[in-house]
Amino acid sequence: MAVDKNMNVLIVDDYKTMLRIIRNLLKQLGFNNVDEATDGSMALQMLRVGNYGLIISDWNMEPMTGLQLLREVRADAKLKSIPFIMVTAESKSENVIAAKEAGVSNYIVKPFNAETLKTKMSSVLGDFA
Amino acid sequence: MTAKGVDRDLELRLDAIRREHGETVGVEKIAEVVRSMLDTMTGDLDGGDLKLFREVESLADYIHNAKAEIAALRPGEIKNEFIASATDELDAIVGATEAATNEIMDSAEHLEALAPMMDAEVAERMTEITTRIFEACTFQDITGQRITKVVRMLKEIESRVESLVKAFGGEIESEGRKEKAIETDEDLLNGPQLPTSAADQAEIDRLLASFD
Repeated sequence: MAVDKNMNVLIVDDYKTMLRIIRNLLKQLGFNNVDEATDGSMALQMLRVGNYGLIISDWNMEPMTGLQLLREVRADAKLKSIPFIMVTAESKSENVIAAKEAGVSNYIVKPFNAETLKTKMSSVLGDFA
Repeated sequence: MTAKGVDRDLELRLDAIRREHGETVGVEKIAEVVRSMLDTMTGDLDGGDLKLFREVESLADYIHNAKAEIAALRPGEIKNEFIASATDELDAIVGATEAATNEIMDSAEHLEALAPMMDAEVAERMTEITTRIFEACTFQDITGQRITKVVRMLKEIESRVESLVKAFGGEIESEGRKEKAIETDEDLLNGPQLPTSAADQAEIDRLLASFD
């Protein structure tokens, strides 16, 4: 099934600059409906009222981390099937294992490039040109 | 005074200190107790008491020397000047790189907006280039996180130094930041100033003009 590039994508990061970078990279991949949240709890509020097809989240945020957000999303009947990509500088194997156990769809280590973002998005959404 | 008498006296003094200060007692207070105990240990001392006396005396010397050595390190200056200055400089680095990154991205976004005015091949090439620019800008996030870690470590050192200064009470005074006297050309090499204390070009121009 073709990927709907008009889907709403929620990006979550406490660094405004990183939100801007990811938004620009998504735009270049053809995804223009992008919303931003600056921590996990803000993201959760937006997810509960919105209709999102993908979550791309940082890990290290306060007060709610990306891992806590992931657990909340997976525990919520309405949200649990939304693909969740963690984009983080946390690259220890225990981090990756913890994220996997919490139900992460894919994991990108910062710094990353557009090709990596595209590959990981394709792996969770399906191929898109 | 016999060893038993010393034990009883010590117990009484320790109880009094606990009542006054709780379980955390400054080094100066400990030294005072040791001195006081030494003063009381005169008269009918046996061999065991003398051994104890020597031990206590060497403990008092040890505390005295440690105090002198720590005071020579000037922990107040380390806390108030060096660490505070280092964290300010690191914060300034994060601020400056963030501002520069946003400027670079502004420019890349302006370039992208020109794409519809170009032929398809050139527009595609330019999009590739702006993508590289956006990718390269991720350095700022990583740099910021690394610097934040270093600042956290410095703050931990700062709090431990502060505990040390408190333990010494008034003997090691907290020193405020002092303006360094300019004695040589090297004293003029301060590097970039923090945004809060840096003079802008207009102020420099005014200062220069004041010599005319």
